[in-house]
Order: sequence, then C-alpha cells, then structure tokens
Amino acid sequence: MVGVQITNANGNTPLPSIGVLALQGDFAEHIQMLSLIGINAVEVRKVQQLSEIDGLIIPGGESTTIVKLLGMFGFIDELRSSVDSGMALWGTCAGMIVIARELADPYPTPLNLIDIGVARNYFGRQVDSFEAELEIHGIEGDPMRAVFIRAPIVQDTGTDIETLATVPATDDGRPEQAVAVKKGRVLATSFHPELTQDTRLHSLFVKLADESRIDAARRKPEETPSTA
Amino acid sequence: MATTTNGTSAGAQRWKEMSKPEVGDWRVKGGLAQMLKGGVIMDVVTPDQAKVAEDAGAVSVMALERVPSDIRRDGGVARMSDPDLISGIIDAVSIPVMAKARIGHFVEAQILESLGVDYCDESEVLTPADNEYHIDKWRYKMPYVCGARNIGEALRRIGEGAAMIRTKGEAGTGDIVHAVTHARQIQADMRTIQNSPTEELMSLARDYQAPYELVVEVHRTGKLPVVNFAAGGIATPADAALLMQIGVEGVFVGSGIFKSDNPAKMADAIVRATTHYNDPEMLAEISRGLGDAMPGIEANKIPEEQQLQTRGW
Repeated sequence: MVGVQITNANGNTPLPSIGVLALQGDFAEHIQMLSLIGINAVEVRKVQQLSEIDGLIIPGGESTTIVKLLGMFGFIDELRSSVDSGMALWGTCAGMIVIARELADPYPTPLNLIDIGVARNYFGRQVDSFEAELEIHGIEGDPMRAVFIRAPIVQDTGTDIETLATVPATDDGRPEQAVAVKKGRVLATSFHPELTQDTRLHSLFVKLADESRIDAARRKPEETPSTA
Repeated sequence: MATTTNGTSAGAQRWKEMSKPEVGDWRVKGGLAQMLKGGVIMDVVTPDQAKVAEDAGAVSVMALERVPSDIRRDGGVARMSDPDLISGIIDAVSIPVMAKARIGHFVEAQILESLGVDYCDESEVLTPADNEYHIDKWRYKMPYVCGARNIGEALRRIGEGAAMIRTKGEAGTGDIVHAVTHARQIQADMRTIQNSPTEELMSLARDYQAPYELVVEVHRTGKLPVVNFAAGGIATPADAALLMQIGVEGVFVGSGIFKSDNPAKMADAIVRATTHYNDPEMLAEISRGLGDAMPGIEANKIPEEQQLQTRGW
C-alpha cells in the first residue's frame, strides 16, 4: 500500500506547512520565530491559501481590525471549516480575541473557534503592559518570559478546554485566570512569545500542525482512490 | 499547571515581584508598535470620528483638536488638545489612542501619560515648545512616536527613547511627495550604513549626527531598531500602498480621511489598501468610487519657513 506517506523517500519526516495570517499585526515576528526552528512559513492574505496549510497562526495586532479584514476578505466560513477538518490554529493576544467564543465587550464579534470567553485589555491601557515569567503546562524547562501588551484574558472556559497557564489572583480582588489554553489542535495565548527568542511554544504548535498533516495524509487515499 | 495557588498566595506575591520592574520597559513599548504594523492610524477630532475610524478598521486613532490641514490654515500656536477631548475619545473606542505633545513640552507629555494615552506623538505638527531639546522619552511608561526625515534624525529620537518612528512628510497638504522623500532617504541611509565596513561607522555616526551604538545596530541588522511608519500627506489608498511598497510598516493618515468627501468609505479603503498593498488588481477595486480625496496643497511650493517638517532636528 502506497497511501499513507508520513515520511518521505529519504526517510526524513516532511515538515508541516504553516501559515501566518498577514492581514495586520506582527506576522513577520511569527515567521521569524518559525524560521529559527526550521519552518519556512507563508504569509496568508487570501482565503484560498487556507487549503494549502496544516496550521495557521493569527498574530498579535488590533483585534477589531483583524476581525473586520477577515470578514471583508471572506475568510470566516472557510476558516471554520478548516479548523473543523483538523487544521491547527493558534491565536496570540489579538489572535486569541479573534478566535474566542465571546467577548466581555460587545465589539468586535469573534469567530467562535475555541470555547472560551475573553475580556480585552484586561490589565488596562498601554502604561499597564508588562512582562513576567510564566510556567506553562507542557513546556519543559525554565518558565517562559511572557510579554503582555494591552493583553486579553480568558474569563471562562467551556468543556474540555485545557488550561496551560494562569495568572494568580491579585490583592485588588482579581481572581486567578487563564492566559494560555488549548483544545485539540487549537491554542490561544494572551501574551506574545513571538516578541522573545523562546521558540518552545512555536515548537508545540508545529507538533499540532504536524498531527494535522499526518491526518490529512492518512485521509487522502480514501478520498481519492488510486486506480493504479 | 502554572505557578498558582489560592488567594493572596506566595504565587501572587511572586508574580507581582516579577512583573513590576518590567512595566514600561523597552520591549513592551516597542511591542505595541509591532502590533500596529500593517495598519492605519487615523487622526480624529471627536469621539464620533474615533468610532468611524474604529469601525473602518483603524489600528489606532490620534486624538487632536484640529487635523493638520486646519492647523496649517488657521495659523497661530498649536498646542496639546484639551484633556476632555482626549478622554472622550479614549472612552469612545477600544483601540489604542495616541495624542500629540509639542516638541520639548514634557509637561504636556506628563499630562498625556496621566490621561492613559497609549502612545505620545512628539510632533512637529504642533508649535515647538523648545528650539533645542526634545523630550527625554526614557522617563515615561507611555511610549513615544517621533517624526524623522533621515536616519540621523530617526536615530537621535530613538536615542532619546522613542519606541516608534514615522516619516515627517509635510502634514496637512495631502501631497505625498515629502513622505516618499523621507521614507526613501531613511532607507538609502540604512543601505549606506549596512554596506560600510565597520571602521567607517564612527565617521558615519558623525556625519549623520546619530548615536554610534545605534549606527552599529543598523549595520548589524539592516533595519531600524523600532517600527517605522509613514506620515505626512497620505490622502488615497494608492498613497498608502506606495509607501508600504517603498518599505514602511504602516501608515498614519491625518487630514486625508475626515477632509475627504466620504470619510467612512475612504477610511475603509485605506485600511484595505494597507493590507493588500502589493496587489494591483485589489488596489484598483479598492480605489473605485471613493469620491474626492482631500483638497491638497502642492508641498513643493510651500516656502521653507512655512514647512512643518523643519521643526525639530
């Protein structure tokens, strides 16, 4: 049987193909991070490109702008069906807002690609932005340096949402809340690993995208039966 | 699970200690500018205009009392806007809000910071408060954007703590020529620095009147250490795309939106054009039927003493 090609002819594992949504925001920083771990990612500006990738990162940026451009350029249905059929997805900061189920404020309307409720600008305005060390479930070694810029937070999680990292309760009465969550192959983080040199979360995402690639490779022979 | 426990725990204490000294640091300040890339920052003079800008997909708004073309027309001294106006705009939108302080007017900057302004533009569009010195921008948690015409001016401002640079162009004209000149000049200077052997860098720093360490940084990386936007005269989607193709990372539009025939439509079109700046078919589609752009003034015919770009050094 020829069908499932999980390794290529040289016996090397082929790499998943990863796209970074390049409508607005710090997509170049994500592409740079992926290049550090040997992934040549593509800038995604057109909806047709979604069918060519195993994983998509929605970068930091301005969530109202990104949601508007996604709608304007016809991404929303296609993005949902790609995620339904197993494409890996990661939203950082604005990206997390974009893919949430619902937001604390009425605007913009998120895409509901992961079952979380999110509050924008949770920590305050830019003068309240900060960095901190964060221990993340599933990331080995030292804590990660997390950069929070006008950052959102996960206020509630639906069933089967895995919380990977939280910020603790504070003296002024804010409860412990999640800043990194995962369900299946969908990942969301409040902070910006792409502004650091730490590639560990990007490596985790590449693994999720690779699962998606392998799944797609397994499916293919059934969908297009060979006549040879 | 992460470093958490219950209530006012050791975890909370640790979190506080770790995060506190980092507030307002360089990466956080420059980081917001990185989030604005590929976007359009629009001048607005009322909360309603700010909503129009946000709905059109602006990544940020610049809150001010008069757009540059009105400042140019009215003459007189242009100052920081009324805090009521700025706060009204901050309350009206969820996107970051910028505001302008006069060059060297550090008290206007202090006031803007206390209002919660997300980025301060130390701007030549307002009448300078100091003929010699710019604000010491390192002393603020609020990040700064500053105008520049060439690499020396850009690196001097970065040396003073600016976390974002924009071309000066010639504000309030609707004429793109000086923004193009400044964007090209900064790039030409960067190529010179990058292609020069290291022993020549000190002399380049002298010639450009730029901090040596930052010249070395540009030599090493081939780019500015902060995000670089275009500003000054952008009036159409094609203008925005032109500057993006020349190599800036986003655009400021001042008078170009709310002095056009149909501001909401123009704002929306410039946002789209800044995303698809490299796609002529898309740009043609975007540019259709927008009505008149702002009435312009030919910037090359403005005598030097009436130019805004020569303010600051």
